Amino acid sequence: MDTRNAVKDFIIRNFLFGDESGLTSDSVSLLDSGIMDSIGVMELVSFLEIDMKLEVPDTDLVPENLDSVDNLVGYINRRQETRP
Amino acid sequence: MTAPPLLADGLLQSAARLPAKTAIIDETSSCTYEQLAEKSSRLAGYLAAHGIQPGDRVVIFLDNGWPCAAAVYGVLMAGGVFVLVNPQTKSEKLHFILADCGATALITDRHLANQYEQAVSGLDRLLLVVSVGTSGTSGVQGTSLMTADLHEVMSTGPLQSAPVPRSTSDLAALIYTSGSTGEPKGVMQTQGAMAFAVGSIIEYLQITAEDRILLVLPMAFDYGLYQVLMSVFLGATVVVERSFVFLGRVYEVMRKHKVTVLPGVPTIFSIMQASIAESDLAFPDVRIVTSTAAVLHPSLLPALATLFPNARIFKMYGLTECKRVSYLDPDLLADHPESVGIAIPGTTVCLRDRAGNPVPPGEPGILHVQGPHIMAGYWNRPEATARMLRTVPETGEVELVAQDWFTQDPDGLLYFVGRSDQIIKTRGEKVSPVEVENMLCQMDGISQAAVIGVPDQRLGEQILAYVVAAPDRSLAEGEVRRFCAARLENFMVPQKIIFLAELPRTGNNKIDKKLLLEWSV
Repeated sequence: MDTRNAVKDFIIRNFLFGDESGLTSDSVSLLDSGIMDSIGVMELVSFLEIDMKLEVPDTDLVPENLDSVDNLVGYINRRQETRP
Repeated sequence: MTAPPLLADGLLQSAARLPAKTAIIDETSSCTYEQLAEKSSRLAGYLAAHGIQPGDRVVIFLDNGWPCAAAVYGVLMAGGVFVLVNPQTKSEKLHFILADCGATALITDRHLANQYEQAVSGLDRLLLVVSVGTSGTSGVQGTSLMTADLHEVMSTGPLQSAPVPRSTSDLAALIYTSGSTGEPKGVMQTQGAMAFAVGSIIEYLQITAEDRILLVLPMAFDYGLYQVLMSVFLGATVVVERSFVFLGRVYEVMRKHKVTVLPGVPTIFSIMQASIAESDLAFPDVRIVTSTAAVLHPSLLPALATLFPNARIFKMYGLTECKRVSYLDPDLLADHPESVGIAIPGTTVCLRDRAGNPVPPGEPGILHVQGPHIMAGYWNRPEATARMLRTVPETGEVELVAQDWFTQDPDGLLYFVGRSDQIIKTRGEKVSPVEVENMLCQMDGISQAAVIGVPDQRLGEQILAYVVAAPDRSLAEGEVRRFCAARLENFMVPQKIIFLAELPRTGNNKIDKKLLLEWSV
């Protein structure tokens, strides 16, 4: 599965309990649309660290990196490029 | 410290004293006291010009930010009663609240239209929807409601010459809270009770006009709301984030604005604790940390000391029905980490047995609270009110029955023992198991449901649902959680669904929740 689909699959499975229609677009804000809350973001970080094998410092936990599918895909790609 | 008797006066006095001072900084912009007062006044003028009468209920369904604060003060200046609803609320419950309180206006944001457009249909009393990002002519589909854009109203609405006169016994707010019966109830708070609580809390926390208070808790939660009321009264500054979701952002904002007061709940502190391990995280500017809404476990205290090396840490306890009950003097925290302290200034507490007699020192008793801060009752719920408010036969005074069991040590310090109802506390929010059970039973394919709270280090309690599927039906866990997520606030969705052939019953045929709890561990 490519990165985008893996991210969408995670969000749909964990935050929308399988309801694909809850994710209206890849650019929609996960916070605005009520998809992700403070506990959700912790689950998301575990997903990035375990499934995506990234190190995610707290300083990276900003909306520009995490608040939509597009932002997440961009973040994962940037992190993977800089990975030693 | 005595707050002005009316909440709107708090804003007007600060605006007169400190017009150019920043009142609120939110994620996108900020506003000064003069601007906040002007925007509130224009909203009040607009509401009055469009048929909103003194005493009318106005529901505010907005994200945290200065528009939400201006909406609160605008409703107050119009003589109205504000009803803050958490923006996570789904349409069915929003509809219930709008109908229950007989709201005449709704102040909201276009990005929540998915929920409110369905919620506003079939409400006879509702006249007006003022929404961020709406155009005046677009309206709400399928209704004849008047609509307007909130920002336009706040910049061009007619200025009020003075707030509508109110007395301290007039209602200021309804604060909806989950009850053990499953239906949310509106806690009626008067102008006098709220202003008193503002003054009392400021007195023991010793917050000043120099403070910058971080608000990450929703304003629909009274703990969040009071940060704004206190700050505005003092002429301090509130730094508002919509939520505690993006840690990196919250930490950056705390540093950038040199936040001095952090009101949190144990779930937030537990998340922050995990950050220490990774970096030398510390906020030396923070001088006051407060915690309430759930038990702050003593194991978190070392982390708090590391995170906030210069802060006084206040453990507190309260319930919406009287805003706040008690606080522990930070100097006593090391020796009494399990205590929630003494009654807040100007109020008293008493522990009583089930018959209403005071218990001997050291014995557990049900907490009873007296003072100007207790609610006027539940909106349109005389029976529920009668269960929570009782008149003391000896003195004729009304006191609040908090439904929680406590003990008191010889110094008068309170220790929480347990609840006498089955309310679940998760992430600092109160969840009625009955409300979740009722929702589960509405799902096609579920015949019975029992919901319990199970201890969880981060959440306080996690929500576990035991369900019995209807004959010949098989359901998947995800399907059930999805059904709940579409209808309940996120924090109410059960973490786990467990399917049973039947629910265990006690001798008198009640669901045996004690046994379910044993099974869960």
